[in-house]
Amino acid sequence: MSGASTQATRIARGKADAEKIFPILKEKFGDGIVEENVDGIDPFIVVDKKIVLELAEFLKTEEELSFDLLSLISGVDYLPKDDAEGRIEVVYFLDSTKHYHRLMVKVSLPRDDASLPSVENVWSAADWHERETFDLVGVVFEGHHKLIRILCAEDWEGHPLRKDYVIPEQYHGIKNIVY
Amino acid sequence: MPATDDIRTEEMLLNMGPQHPSTHGVFRVVIRTDGEMILETESHIGYLHRCFEKIAENVSYLQVVPYTDRMDYLAAMINNLGFAEGVEKLMQLEVPERAQYIRIIVCELNRIASHLLAFGTYGMDLGAITPFLHAFRDREKLLKIFEKICGQRLNYSYVRIGGVAFDITEEMLRDIEDFCNYFEPEVLDEFDRLLSYNGIFIARTANVGVIPKEMAIDFGLTGPNLRGSGVKRDLRKDEPYCIYDRFTFDVPVGSGENGTTGDCWDRYMVRIREMRQSINIVRQALAAVPDGSFIDKKASKTVKPPKGEVYHKVEGARGELGFHIVSDGTAIPYRVKTRGPSFCNISILDSMTQDGGVMLADVVAIIGSLDIVMGEVDR
Repeated sequence: MSGASTQATRIARGKADAEKIFPILKEKFGDGIVEENVDGIDPFIVVDKKIVLELAEFLKTEEELSFDLLSLISGVDYLPKDDAEGRIEVVYFLDSTKHYHRLMVKVSLPRDDASLPSVENVWSAADWHERETFDLVGVVFEGHHKLIRILCAEDWEGHPLRKDYVIPEQYHGIKNIVY
Repeated sequence: MPATDDIRTEEMLLNMGPQHPSTHGVFRVVIRTDGEMILETESHIGYLHRCFEKIAENVSYLQVVPYTDRMDYLAAMINNLGFAEGVEKLMQLEVPERAQYIRIIVCELNRIASHLLAFGTYGMDLGAITPFLHAFRDREKLLKIFEKICGQRLNYSYVRIGGVAFDITEEMLRDIEDFCNYFEPEVLDEFDRLLSYNGIFIARTANVGVIPKEMAIDFGLTGPNLRGSGVKRDLRKDEPYCIYDRFTFDVPVGSGENGTTGDCWDRYMVRIREMRQSINIVRQALAAVPDGSFIDKKASKTVKPPKGEVYHKVEGARGELGFHIVSDGTAIPYRVKTRGPSFCNISILDSMTQDGGVMLADVVAIIGSLDIVMGEVDR
């Protein structure tokens, strides 16, 4: 069942990379790294919002790491549930074309004040990804040169991918008919 | 004749609107030009936004599969594969061997179909009408094969979670083998004679739209665009998924043969050479398809992954196609975020034109060489 074997290889490789990379980051940033998860299908670290910009530059310029390809910035909205507070998670997926390892970095933000420094000066790919995360999830990236909506119309109200988003009944007179 | 000091020389703001024969979909570029030279462009996307990610949060995993087809509608099998494999990774599901080989065959055939369309329409954008008809003649043969396999020509929903939707018969395998023997080497050589080394084509694409290696990586370019700039990065080799580790094939890389490394000609040539490699892979797979079941019937009926999240990447026809799937333990996904390769590829256009030296006709050549499909950009 070889599909499982490429899966298993990928998971094992991810774990080995994490065990090599996470101690380097922990040593440099100490308390900035809030949580490390080495055992998931995709290992990730959760960092504090304050160190995001410094971490981004370190990840790109440090020789051993050289994460030069920003693959994706994803925003996930978690509503408050019985045991957990609500939060918005912004996840950065990074790749290295030199060392062939990858990294998943998460930042946890409060739902009513989701803002984060922009990393577009570190990876130019972040430009459009941050615009999309702002447009759909409502995360404000400070320092972005032009944070305007990219997929929805410019005068759209609300952030559609939030879990408490209410679909508007009409837009410029065009009604939203539900049969 | 009017005197020459009457000629107006101010800048012009030109709208290459959402409806345009050369923008490969609904893509709007607002261009500020000084005569023929471009000063600045501003891209606007979102005309094909169909809220795939919001819909995926309201339907079950099995129902999401047809929506994934419609993202990159020219290479739909690969989209299905990315999503199916992501969910299988979350569920720790093993897919039968026969299904794995069938997946490889259809995905590589779909890559060829997608590159054929890219090749044909690129020639047509630049004024070469004949290669378009040749490309579509061969694409039609592929679409007939797909219609035999799963009943659909374009949006297949064939690769499902747990395997593939229908079994593939001996007759279909023979048809695929006949296609491979017909296509390579004669037809591919014909394309080279028709377009690749044509003087006018080279004049319009070589040294045009040069993307240096560092800029390509910085902007998150992937797929044939990144390989055209000289970076040898292919997910099928670097991070193998499905059973790609069992096949031997080359990864063509641009090297500035007719101009500079990273120009439009390099990106175009990488796609032509990739078609040859895809036929190579299909031939190897055809020789080794085992018997067995084509889907894990039990697991594919009730898809309820445990709580967790995964990011699965596959090598789409246009680059790295990624699915970030977050599951909360129910039969409905919590969040499905897609990384469409064309979204990142087209974001480089504004930075390429701001340094000057790009002429109005070059914008068409650049957009065509980046090979975008708006379904993926907007989702």
